[in-house]
Amino acid sequence: MIALNEQQLKDIRRHGERDYPHECCGLMIGRFGLEGRKEVTEIYPISNAREEEAKRNRFLIRPEELMRGERYARERGLDVVGFYHSHPDHPAEPSTYDLEHAWPTYSYIIVSVREGRATDLLSWEMEADRSKFNPEQIQSEDNS
Amino acid sequence: MPVKILIPTALRQYAGGKSEVEVEGQTVGDALDRLTSANADLRKHLYSDERSLRNFVNVYVNDEDIRYAERLETPVKDGDTVTIVPSIAGGATTEEEVAAAGKSGAGTPPLPALSNEEIARYSRHLIMPEVGMEGQRRLKAARVLMIGTGGLGAPLGMYLAAAGVGHLGIVDFDVVDESNLQRQIVHGTRDIGRPKIESARDRLQDINPHIQIETYETRLTSQNALELFRDYDIVVDGTDNFPTRYLVNDACVLTGKPNVYGSIFRFEGQASVFWAARGACYRCLYPEPPPPGLVPSCAEGGVLGVLPGIIGAIQTNETLKLILGGGEPLINRLLLFDAWKMRFRELKLRKNPDCPICGEKPTIKELIDYEEFCGLRPQPAAGQTKEEQAMEEITATELKQRLERDDSIQVIDVREPHEYQIAHLEQSRLIPLAQVVNRMNEIDPNRETVVHCKAGGRSAQAIQALKRAGFTGRLINLKGGITAWSNEVDPKVPKY
Repeated sequence: MIALNEQQLKDIRRHGERDYPHECCGLMIGRFGLEGRKEVTEIYPISNAREEEAKRNRFLIRPEELMRGERYARERGLDVVGFYHSHPDHPAEPSTYDLEHAWPTYSYIIVSVREGRATDLLSWEMEADRSKFNPEQIQSEDNS
Repeated sequence: MPVKILIPTALRQYAGGKSEVEVEGQTVGDALDRLTSANADLRKHLYSDERSLRNFVNVYVNDEDIRYAERLETPVKDGDTVTIVPSIAGGATTEEEVAAAGKSGAGTPPLPALSNEEIARYSRHLIMPEVGMEGQRRLKAARVLMIGTGGLGAPLGMYLAAAGVGHLGIVDFDVVDESNLQRQIVHGTRDIGRPKIESARDRLQDINPHIQIETYETRLTSQNALELFRDYDIVVDGTDNFPTRYLVNDACVLTGKPNVYGSIFRFEGQASVFWAARGACYRCLYPEPPPPGLVPSCAEGGVLGVLPGIIGAIQTNETLKLILGGGEPLINRLLLFDAWKMRFRELKLRKNPDCPICGEKPTIKELIDYEEFCGLRPQPAAGQTKEEQAMEEITATELKQRLERDDSIQVIDVREPHEYQIAHLEQSRLIPLAQVVNRMNEIDPNRETVVHCKAGGRSAQAIQALKRAGFTGRLINLKGGITAWSNEVDPKVPKY
């Protein structure tokens, strides 16, 4: 389970809409709690590293940027707890390619952006054996 | 040289919760090997195969990306910090790109991929780090040859098929008999009379349609064994007789294959892995077969139906471990099981340097005549005594006629008392084989004596023993035993 507040969810959606028709991505920084619970304290948007023409289908965070994000979190006594990205005109479900490029424990939030408007937003966690993603519950502060 | 490895948050659960670990190593590859040697899970998330890092895994030595240095060969020195960082990628993609990503850094033959159906089917395997996707793909790539589809072969075949072993070969020449069904659970009542390999193939394919099954309706012989074994990675011995057991062992040693061994009798079972390249073979344990007749077969001595289930499942367990390349195999270990006492014991085995087939100076360099080796082939001219050649026989039909005509004839049943309870001839008197010489005085030498057992073997032994002990009366063996009586004379007498 991952907990975000409404503002953070809104920020992710907005990032997706802003970068449409390209994919957006970013880090979620926060704390690991008991029994796999994650609490997000901050959204850390990252620019899409791929070339302009490839942006529509893929995104890739440069490791340097990721390291910067990790360092940013560490300095504040926090952790990277997951990543978000958008699927322009595709469902908010992970692709095979997503599966090839993920680790367990982290949350992977996907926001579907259709014709420029953010629709579904779902969070996924990879099965420890790398076989599939399982849906993860998003707990939003304002409706809990 | 100790270097510090920073573990990313997601992988700390596989490193004892630590955020950094100090290990020794000359290169990055070295250090990562040390880090991951204790934990298959951690390795799985870092490496796509034996030697290649996953393409989204970046490794830095201090601030340098090893991709721009010597990759995994990048040297490290005392006090260096190795940082593992994932790059994040995602989005929709094409099948070709996924395939290309999977192949990156390949050098070994690629393991077959799993379909979504297979992933769903094997999910209980996949979620264990000891198996995982790679292990399951290894199972799919594996080729296992099963000798026999009887008591041991039944659970073996079913569990190997269910586990997703991609290629199963089965060798048998027998047909399903009613008396098999008490333990050979791969066959059903409707299969009685069918060739066992056909019945087994249908059942195994029903358990798992994703695997390939090759059937060989033949007796395993010195002529065909080597050729058969060559196509397989592992041979599993589910046979019930000594000649085949030595044949399987020798053919495995000569072709370099591991031999997953199991044997059963009454309430006791044994299991081991004989692999000459890594330990003792069957001949190191038993250089010579027992004299013929000393160790009865299951048909004579009986077997608790569940016992082959237990031993066969242990053989399956060992086979799967050999394929996965993990755990502690039964190499150089002989496992003894007693179902009646419910006890497991273990004996340590050692490779015998004087072993005639896997020792330092092997004398057996090709397959031999195993029937002869086990003393089962009758020697022409020599070997047989006069009495053996002269044994009198009577058929069940003739015996019936004799019994109706006159009452001078006596019938001695040399089976065990519990067999007598299953079925016996009205006129018979029970004297078990083991007591027949001691109780010789209970048999009237002045009357003609017909001796019988279940199928004619033990009664022949009884007649020889009585003659050697000096019994003077006329002894006649009932051909085919009480089974023949049931077939020819009285179908009300149950067969067992």
